[in-house]
Amino acid sequence: MSGTRLTMRAWLMMLPLLVVMTAIVGWPLLDTLRLSFTDARLVGTGGDWVGLDNYARMLSSSRFLDTLSTTTIFAVVSVTLEMVLGVLTALLLNQAFYGRTLLRALLILPWALPTVVNATLWRLIYNPQYGALNALVTQLGLTTDYQSWLGQPASALTALIIADAWKNFPLVALIALAALQMVPREITSASLVDGAGPFSRFRHVTLPYLVGPLMVALVLRTIEAFKVFDIIWVMTRGGPANSTRTLSILVYQEAFSFQRAGSGASLALIIALLVTVLAGVYTMLIRKAAGSSS
Amino acid sequence: MEHRSLPFTLFIYATALLLAAVILAPLFWLMIMSVSPATQLTAKPLQWWPETFDWSRYQFLLSTVENSAGAAFVASLFNSLKVATMATLVALAVSVPAAWAVSRTPAVGWSLSMVILTYMLPPVALSVPLFMGLAKLQLLNSVFGLALVYLSILAPFTTWLLKSGFDGIPRELEAAAMMDGANLFQTLRIITLPLATPVIATSALFAFLLAWDEFFYALLFTSDLRAKTLTVAIADLAGGRVSDYGLIATAGVLAALPPVLIGALLQRALISGLTSGGVKG
Repeated sequence: MSGTRLTMRAWLMMLPLLVVMTAIVGWPLLDTLRLSFTDARLVGTGGDWVGLDNYARMLSSSRFLDTLSTTTIFAVVSVTLEMVLGVLTALLLNQAFYGRTLLRALLILPWALPTVVNATLWRLIYNPQYGALNALVTQLGLTTDYQSWLGQPASALTALIIADAWKNFPLVALIALAALQMVPREITSASLVDGAGPFSRFRHVTLPYLVGPLMVALVLRTIEAFKVFDIIWVMTRGGPANSTRTLSILVYQEAFSFQRAGSGASLALIIALLVTVLAGVYTMLIRKAAGSSS
Repeated sequence: MEHRSLPFTLFIYATALLLAAVILAPLFWLMIMSVSPATQLTAKPLQWWPETFDWSRYQFLLSTVENSAGAAFVASLFNSLKVATMATLVALAVSVPAAWAVSRTPAVGWSLSMVILTYMLPPVALSVPLFMGLAKLQLLNSVFGLALVYLSILAPFTTWLLKSGFDGIPRELEAAAMMDGANLFQTLRIITLPLATPVIATSALFAFLLAWDEFFYALLFTSDLRAKTLTVAIADLAGGRVSDYGLIATAGVLAALPPVLIGALLQRALISGLTSGGVKG
């Protein structure tokens, strides 16, 4: 069969997927773009063209800037925590010891737990009156008073980050472990013979194998963290005093609680743009890392 | 194997125990809460082990007595099951041919990259038009409407996973069948699909997990028993005025069971998927 006919056939086989994706991703995205230039309400009339008003108002509002900084803190801290815990866990599991296979199997559990169940579980643990965390720190004698972990702006975001990191570090650990198992034994032995200490061995022998996969994990986790909605909605709904309000929560409030579809759409596109730029920068970094380590 | 000093070995076992405790403690607590008598969960000081095991909440949530809280929970369980199953089946139906086409015809590969790029889009960027569109089609608060929307998450993922699966099946086998006079349809049916069964099954399980886990669209597009999924039902419970925390925990355990079982089943596939996808980048 000729090349053109092969390509035609391939397009034909892709058609169902492309039609579906156009209908439920392509069209909504374009329509969000259109809406972002209008003052449309969620229900009712189409709204009038207002040009860049929504963008100008959003970008200059303190609501947006505060939310952007909360989102950035959440993303940076939780992803950093997940990467560090993940790599340490992988280094541990790369050692030989009894129960290693079982421990590796346990890592699947937090990963498989539905996000909403995880959020509910931690909400119960943090409960101000009867929660397990309060009981634990009191019974250990660390504090005498029960704390409202999710009810105080000072601790709510930290509490959320811990809950998020607990669920997500196992995935990073599994990725890092898979990468560690690609390090050839001979290289490790050779570096031992050459008298390399544990730290220089990690830096020069192990790390080059880890960089690529970890960068992939970093990109995926950062994108997810920037889009975060579920865990925050279930645990705090963005409160108290908006201290845990992230960008996705703000769009939800704007478009669905206040029914301002137009400005909600402009905000959603600003997030989409931020995530795209972030992913682009990361991809460049990955290419660079892949180029230097191979 | 390198020789380890005794302190280092002890250190390894100590950290391994710590890690196991960190992973298991919250999960055990969820299960303990679900079977502890309600009075014990609000006692001070808190008791960590139930005096008697109270299984009544499971019975309560899984009861199908009309208009009971249990019936609502069971309805949401079935809604989740329906939505996830429908979305998974349709996702596979559109992504199997697409993934094979991309795997065998690199010239169309860029379109797959575009499909996968949609993963970066936050759902909020699509939610308003989807809401308006579903409203127009009378598909708000419907399991069909929700399953349709879920395709936007499932289909790119399964296509990507299946494509790497098809890449691992030698073209020569297909070429040989063609040489023997089989047409394309026969070749796919007799040679390719049977060889791809494991990766198709893995994709199906992953897709099901993604749909089971989904919350944002379900929160927006469903409003009552007709379509509300399990994740929304649990969020309602957690955010509502339920005074028995054990009941919330029980709902959590029940919702977590299917994905945890699938996760255990998928362990091998998950790890090998991470190795190929993650390491090769």
